[in-house]
Amino acid sequence: MKFVCFHLMPYRPLDLDAANDHRSAWVVLPNSLYDPKKGAAEYDSYLDQLAYAEPLGFDAIGVNEHHQTAYGMMPAPNLIASALIQRTKKVQIAILGRALPLVSNPINIAEEFAMLDVLSKGRIITGFVRGIGAEYHSTGVNPAFSHERFHEAHDLIIKAWTTPGPFEFEGEHFRFRYVNLWPKPYQTPHPPVWIPSMGSRETVVWASAPERKYPFMVTFSPETAVVRYHNMYREAALAHGYTAAGGQLGWAVPIYVAATDERARDEAREGIETLFNNFLRMPPEMLLPPGYTSISSLKVTMKMRPALGAQPHKQTVEDLIASGTAVIGSPATVRERIERVRDQTGFDILITLLQFGVMSDELALRNMELFAGEVMPKLR
Amino acid sequence: MSPETDRLVTRGVAVRARRGGSGAPVLFLHGAGGWPVWLPFFERLAQKHALLVPEHPCFGLSDDPQWLRDVPDLAMYYLDFLDQVYGAPVHIIGHSLGGWIAAEAAVRNIHRFASLTLIAPAGIRVKGIPPADVFIWSPEEFARNRVYDQELAGQQVQAPPPTEQQLDIDLQNRLAGVKFGWQPRLFNPDLEKWLHRMTVPTHIVWGVQDSILPSAYAQAWGERVPGAQVSPIEACGHVPQVEKCDLVADKVTAFFDRVRA
Repeated sequence: MKFVCFHLMPYRPLDLDAANDHRSAWVVLPNSLYDPKKGAAEYDSYLDQLAYAEPLGFDAIGVNEHHQTAYGMMPAPNLIASALIQRTKKVQIAILGRALPLVSNPINIAEEFAMLDVLSKGRIITGFVRGIGAEYHSTGVNPAFSHERFHEAHDLIIKAWTTPGPFEFEGEHFRFRYVNLWPKPYQTPHPPVWIPSMGSRETVVWASAPERKYPFMVTFSPETAVVRYHNMYREAALAHGYTAAGGQLGWAVPIYVAATDERARDEAREGIETLFNNFLRMPPEMLLPPGYTSISSLKVTMKMRPALGAQPHKQTVEDLIASGTAVIGSPATVRERIERVRDQTGFDILITLLQFGVMSDELALRNMELFAGEVMPKLR
Repeated sequence: MSPETDRLVTRGVAVRARRGGSGAPVLFLHGAGGWPVWLPFFERLAQKHALLVPEHPCFGLSDDPQWLRDVPDLAMYYLDFLDQVYGAPVHIIGHSLGGWIAAEAAVRNIHRFASLTLIAPAGIRVKGIPPADVFIWSPEEFARNRVYDQELAGQQVQAPPPTEQQLDIDLQNRLAGVKFGWQPRLFNPDLEKWLHRMTVPTHIVWGVQDSILPSAYAQAWGERVPGAQVSPIEACGHVPQVEKCDLVADKVTAFFDRVRA
């Protein structure tokens, strides 16, 4: 199993009561609630945590992109990746991912990933995402064209990485007379591309196609949904005429380890409950604007995803443990929970979120050490 | 009177349409909320006119062609539709998105129009006065902000949940509303340059308390469209033809009479 230490970089100093006066911690949360001095200290802590994952033995460290929110302070995750390249030697660095439809020039994404790949001498894993629904509100990009823009930007970026330039690209949304990357990526034919997703059949079928075989990362989902999406990918691969490898299946999940189940639950409570109830809180109109998912997918998603912010009731640590949306407990419990999913799907990439919500540095570091020392070796 | 329902095909794109009444032809273009039921307002118009109310392409159960991507495309579609359905110029009424479509069609070919009635039309932007963010509202906020009369809004909030088929139609309407209205938000920056081409009698109707498109927009349309008549409707929100049916029907039919005179 491959282990990624992943971070969202939430803004922990947020005044949660003040934030609750607003529709969401996204888009409309006034940035008068952000203090740059506190934000600077947050970056220091989080970069230290990610860099520490290398000596702890993680295979990769991961960051991602979110806009206009206290949920994550990385509107430009490549800047963080660049800092991490300087702080680490061998660990892979995963950017999971960039939101392709939200930009007007996807060549910039191809260029920046290529730069990072060359800077790191081939340590980069890229992720391609569409951004979450709220980001169509914050960028103004029309969600009705989200899928089209994603596919077109994807085709352009892969072609820019693999086809000698200059060439011309003629799409519906993106048109360029000259595509000619300087620099090109370090890895051949290009850095790995992973697809983190909240899950939709269209994305699974597309990612698993033989010409792509992109690893598919299920994020923030109850255990039953994780199993269902992994197996949906396996079935889609079989329909494409091949058997999916475990390395094509990933699970991104908040994990907390302590000496006992009870202690783990108590220590994780504040972090996990603020993650789901405060930082991820948003109404369905923000999470799923029309067009972001197909109408059929939208109906399925609304039934399958009780853990997401669309749900009005508060979720407790007990709810999140029970649904398997978070894995929290003693080293043995955490290992068993992960093995239980692996036994059902054979997934081979675990993206661990070991700091979440307002969780302190002290607890986050202890969690990282316990996971790396007591859980990771036994799952290898 | 119950209207007849047809499926009308123009250059391969089929739309649902209701028709009722006889007399001078009137075409009503609906807003982003979707194809309305046969409203009392339609009943009033149908007393003296042959009223036709199509459901726009991409909405509800009309065809949803992928190539039809923005409001100028819808306007061109309706110019084809006018050629196909009518031999002579038509009185056209457009509400909200439908008013925007009508204006885009009018600046392209005014010769198909006998007159133009725009009820709280989208389509232009008055800088500094943005429309409300309808896409971030919950269904209840939308119902409450759509009309001025909160008793009327309350009835809608408490309406029974939609049937499976109505839910599919609602989701399709919301998708179409986003496709045509998300960016730029409810307007086309190019339209305003050409409003001088709306040279038929034009009537702008606006609810004074419109919480979606502020009534300041009525003045902007009045200033830019040559000779336009502006009718503000007091104690009224974004859907005057529903909220002040009789008053709006009186004003619209009186306007038609003046055009004919």
